[in-house]
Amino acid sequence: MDFLRPACWEEALAAKAEHPTAVPIAGGTDVMVEINFDHRRPEYLLDLNRVGDLYEWEVGEDSVRLGASVSYTTIMENLRAELPGLALASHTVASPQIRNRGGVGGNLGTASPAGDAHPALLAAGAEVEVQSAGRGTRRIPVDDFYTGVKRNALAADELIRAVHIKKADGPQQFSKVGTRNAMVIAVCAFGLALHPGSRTVRTGIGSAAPTPVRAEAAEEFLNAALEEGGFWDNGRIVPPSVAKRFAELCSGACNPIDDVRGTASYRRHAVGVMARRTLTWTWESYRGTAARTEGVA
Amino acid sequence: MRVNFTVNGRPQQADDVWEGESLLYVLRERMGLPGSKNACEQGECGSCTVRLDGVPVCACLVAAGQVEGREVVTVEGLAEAKGRAAGPVDSQTGEGTALSPVQQAFIDAGAVQCGFCTPGLLVAADEMLERNPDPSDADIREALSGNLCRCTGYEKIMDAVRLAAARQGEAV
Amino acid sequence: MPSPTLEFARAGGAPLGTPTKITQGSRTKGGIGESTLRPDGTLKVTGEFAYSSDMWHEDMLWGQILRSTVAHAEIVSLDTSEALATAGVYAVMTYDDLPTDVRRYGLEIQDTPVLAHGKVRHHGEPVAIVAADHPETARRAAAKIKVDYRELPVITDEASATAPDAILVHDDRDDHHSRHVPHPNIVHRQPILRGDAAAAAERADFVVRGEYTFAMQDQAFLGPESGLAVPDDDGGVHLYIATQWLHSDLRQIAPVLGLPESKVRMTLSGVGGAFGGREDLSMQIHACLLALRTGKPVKIVYNRFESFFGHVHRHPAELHYEHGATKDGKLTHVKCRIVLDGGAYASASPAVVGNAASLGVGPYAVDDVDIEALALYTNNPPCGAMRGFGAVQACFAYEAQMDKLADAVGMDRVEFRQLNAMEQGTLMPTGQPVDSPAPVAELLRRVKAMPMPPERQWESSEGVDVRQLPGGLSNTTHGEGVVRGVGYAVGIKNVGFSEGFDDYSTAKVRMEVVAGRPVATVHTAMAEVGQGGVTVHAQIARTELGVTQVTIRPADTQVGSAGSTSASRQTYVTGGAVRNSCELVREKVLEIGRRKFGSQHPAWATAELLLEGGKVVTGGGEVLADLVDVLEDESVEVEAEWRHRPTEAFDLRTGQGNGHVQYSFAAHRAVVEVDTELGLVKVIELACAQDVGKALNPLSVLGQIQGGTLQGMGIAVMEEIIVDPETAKVRNPSFTDYLLPTILDTPIIPVDVLELADDHAPYGLRGVGEAPTLSSTPAVLAAIRDATGLELNRTPVRPEHLTGT
Repeated sequence: MDFLRPACWEEALAAKAEHPTAVPIAGGTDVMVEINFDHRRPEYLLDLNRVGDLYEWEVGEDSVRLGASVSYTTIMENLRAELPGLALASHTVASPQIRNRGGVGGNLGTASPAGDAHPALLAAGAEVEVQSAGRGTRRIPVDDFYTGVKRNALAADELIRAVHIKKADGPQQFSKVGTRNAMVIAVCAFGLALHPGSRTVRTGIGSAAPTPVRAEAAEEFLNAALEEGGFWDNGRIVPPSVAKRFAELCSGACNPIDDVRGTASYRRHAVGVMARRTLTWTWESYRGTAARTEGVA
Repeated sequence: MRVNFTVNGRPQQADDVWEGESLLYVLRERMGLPGSKNACEQGECGSCTVRLDGVPVCACLVAAGQVEGREVVTVEGLAEAKGRAAGPVDSQTGEGTALSPVQQAFIDAGAVQCGFCTPGLLVAADEMLERNPDPSDADIREALSGNLCRCTGYEKIMDAVRLAAARQGEAV
Repeated sequence: MPSPTLEFARAGGAPLGTPTKITQGSRTKGGIGESTLRPDGTLKVTGEFAYSSDMWHEDMLWGQILRSTVAHAEIVSLDTSEALATAGVYAVMTYDDLPTDVRRYGLEIQDTPVLAHGKVRHHGEPVAIVAADHPETARRAAAKIKVDYRELPVITDEASATAPDAILVHDDRDDHHSRHVPHPNIVHRQPILRGDAAAAAERADFVVRGEYTFAMQDQAFLGPESGLAVPDDDGGVHLYIATQWLHSDLRQIAPVLGLPESKVRMTLSGVGGAFGGREDLSMQIHACLLALRTGKPVKIVYNRFESFFGHVHRHPAELHYEHGATKDGKLTHVKCRIVLDGGAYASASPAVVGNAASLGVGPYAVDDVDIEALALYTNNPPCGAMRGFGAVQACFAYEAQMDKLADAVGMDRVEFRQLNAMEQGTLMPTGQPVDSPAPVAELLRRVKAMPMPPERQWESSEGVDVRQLPGGLSNTTHGEGVVRGVGYAVGIKNVGFSEGFDDYSTAKVRMEVVAGRPVATVHTAMAEVGQGGVTVHAQIARTELGVTQVTIRPADTQVGSAGSTSASRQTYVTGGAVRNSCELVREKVLEIGRRKFGSQHPAWATAELLLEGGKVVTGGGEVLADLVDVLEDESVEVEAEWRHRPTEAFDLRTGQGNGHVQYSFAAHRAVVEVDTELGLVKVIELACAQDVGKALNPLSVLGQIQGGTLQGMGIAVMEEIIVDPETAKVRNPSFTDYLLPTILDTPIIPVDVLELADDHAPYGLRGVGEAPTLSSTPAVLAAIRDATGLELNRTPVRPEHLTGT
């Protein structure tokens, strides 16, 4: 095993180009577990801790450019207004120690369907900025980023540099089921974002399909129902029948498996419950009548 | 490979480090600092919690090469940083050692049984009390939710952190 | 939030105020009854306390174990040549390299191969061992060992184990249980028959039946199995080890090494928790073998993955119960059948069967019982001792039955229990009278009388705090679907080793003058695993010898056996041994005093003399001499064994017999909040009342009760080793998927401690460690049933069970 220690982004890209099998390591919260448990012996470890700009973020007009290594703790503490869904998701990541090290780049790189950031990114709308030494930069819509179980759209010579996430223009929520009240990997998770600007909603589902997915049929149904009823303007409560149908469609978007963490049918059921609840929370918030929810992020 | 970093204020160097070694292994097996514990090596138990450039992290998930040039504080450094001398030291039991307030509170409150989780909890609790000198019970539970204890049922750990916070408050 | 309450109620005793007569130790500071602090506390908070995994030796090698990847298979071939040829590898050993004909070990039945011999019987069984200069070198070498397995069908449950054509897990049994079991795949079976349950059932107005399933629980001590073996110049070996019982290890290790016990020196290293999981050997023999083979010190440290395969677990169980009662709520009879899965090797299975059977009815008075408990041999992971062994599984089932029956009768669930509660004098199903206080009804009364935690604590003027809701930080509910439930349970556990086992301990106590002060030194082989035995030993020595300064020597095999740190027995048995040796030392000291100063004061001859505050005093408080003057340069030392009252084996056919020495009782009230839509549970409070006889160290007593309570909660709502029924392979050997309660899952645990002395026990004490683990689980289950109305006959409860998905 070789340990590569690039001092800057260009060196990192060069190292990755030279050693395409090199495994990038930033927070180490996935890679080191695999090494400690002897599941993986990469030829090269490519340490990104010294690449300073990966830890930076920039709040723009419409979106936030979030460096790949910005820690979940930093997101919770600094970007709650701009990225409320991701901030809520960040707060459910493992433990304080892990949140201090791990970042969205790692979640994307590992591309586990259980990664906590994915549903929030899908719901908010995001693009992944990746780069290679030879072919420069490209921006991959997050919807196209996940290609299979623990597989993503990265080429062998590419590294994740940042994520461009749309700033919230409406309420966002994130909810995750685990069998413990802290420090738990998702049995399944759900993210929901209201986009009053475009009068659309977006969703994200974690751990209930081979990849993180959006519940597109559910989104279309809800978009239509909200439009038809004039709900964006009149601010009336979403009828229970609409919420129920939305929940059913979200469940239907799942393609889960049975595993030690939960059964497929439970996952479908729980995604439906979370869809209904997060719709209630976000819509109540949009209507401006919700009781203030104490900071969970 | 060779790794240089600062541990508890002192520059340290480790040679012949295998690239897959964790910071935890280097501390324990190469630097004679076994206070940080290896209970799960997957970031689930917090027994190896140290501060890396001031931030609590699981030392088992930091690759040794990643700490090059950085500052690490372990449980062995807590007393030195914040301890108050209590008198002559008993070589057998360590009694009389200068302890930080949170260390003393863990002893006084009965928060130590087997003690394997204790170093990690101390580092995490100490850091929380720096940020939040007057934590609610829910705050304490959240801050320590990454540190498993199998002996105590956590009640005495709660008491210890409350006690340390109270003593810290009185001292100000 | 209310903080835990602590109330110590003493039965009888002198009213407050100065006692008229001084008794030994009654005025001693730091003696028994005080919450003195741990002598190892400072070292543990500074990180200097040396656990077994912290051991280090110049020039040491690292040991690595190659384990089977399948559960049941013949080993067709085993090739170590490539591993041996690896640079940095010093030794590779398999079954064929073992030095003597003793190649198996075991606590009671020697059925466990040191290294697999032609066959593996469970997933993760040790096949070969490697020593190398770096752990990674050892791992890579182990991976190069080629093992060719021919897989066999797996035996995973009672049906497959006792089928007519079942493969025998052990086809060469000759242990003493093999003669009476109905099938060779049954390790041990214990019926208990008393009265006439069938006839009594006819008298019952209400009968309830239930089938219950208890999952496999892991001790999950935080300090993984580890130790360091250092070869000695005389051909022997010195093992620094974390264990529960040094001498039991020694008895099993030495014959395999071909060494006399005197050449295997064992020193207890720091133990990072145990809970039963260190009663069996793990890496002890392997480290010694490699050290003797290479001539170098060898350290072995399991990682968490390996730890799940490196020790026995709590037996999973299937329990079938029938309870009956009359219209007025009196129990008529109990019939039950408890099937425990012992896995591939016996470990403590026979004792677990004995406990499950003899305690299978719980702390209730019932004359007509028909009980059968048995443990199977299967290809599942071996199971053995874990806190409350045997009694835990039974308590989960009989307490569910008691709720069911109370409901059938139409009585309050607590009152129904109180009506049927055993008391002093009640006969156990084994016919043994309970001959010390059994305050079962009182414990229930106390736990019920505690104030209830307020409702909807998650709400405040600031909004909703999800940390206080089911789902916690995962933000699954802001109160939707949340229903509160309350449940009660009570349990009974035997203390100490039962069924005729010669249960003793040894203590060496010395008294001498050091630097002008009298000092007592206590040396035992007791394994301090975190429970605080070392704290208590110092307290006993202060009480009995009237000194301030007590030195606790590290535990090793240079002193006689202390027995195991298990079965809630150490404070009773080794505490008893320390007291006994202190008393003998005291007598000797007084003899010296009489010899030197007897002529100076008549009280030396006539009065009852005490040691107090470093002086010899009379019962009236008159000082006769300073211990410094009595002892001068002399030291007084006594090493003596001490045993509790003998017990006897249970009759193999009827289960009758005075099998237990003492019982321990605890009751719990659980308050839970359940998100009924998502099936997530938040335990809000687990209140406990327990009788401890006499709290030698109240702070330690609370620690034991609260810790045991939480382990019981763990198995109620999250802990389970999941074994694939098709392959018998463990599916979740990690802390990512074997979940332990975090501090955010943990309820407040108020404790009410009762102290009703057991006159047969030292100081009247009662073993504390296990009882709180029993009733915690069924109380939580009862509370979840109360919240959801579901039957829930399995533990742990998973979200699937609560949502019907």
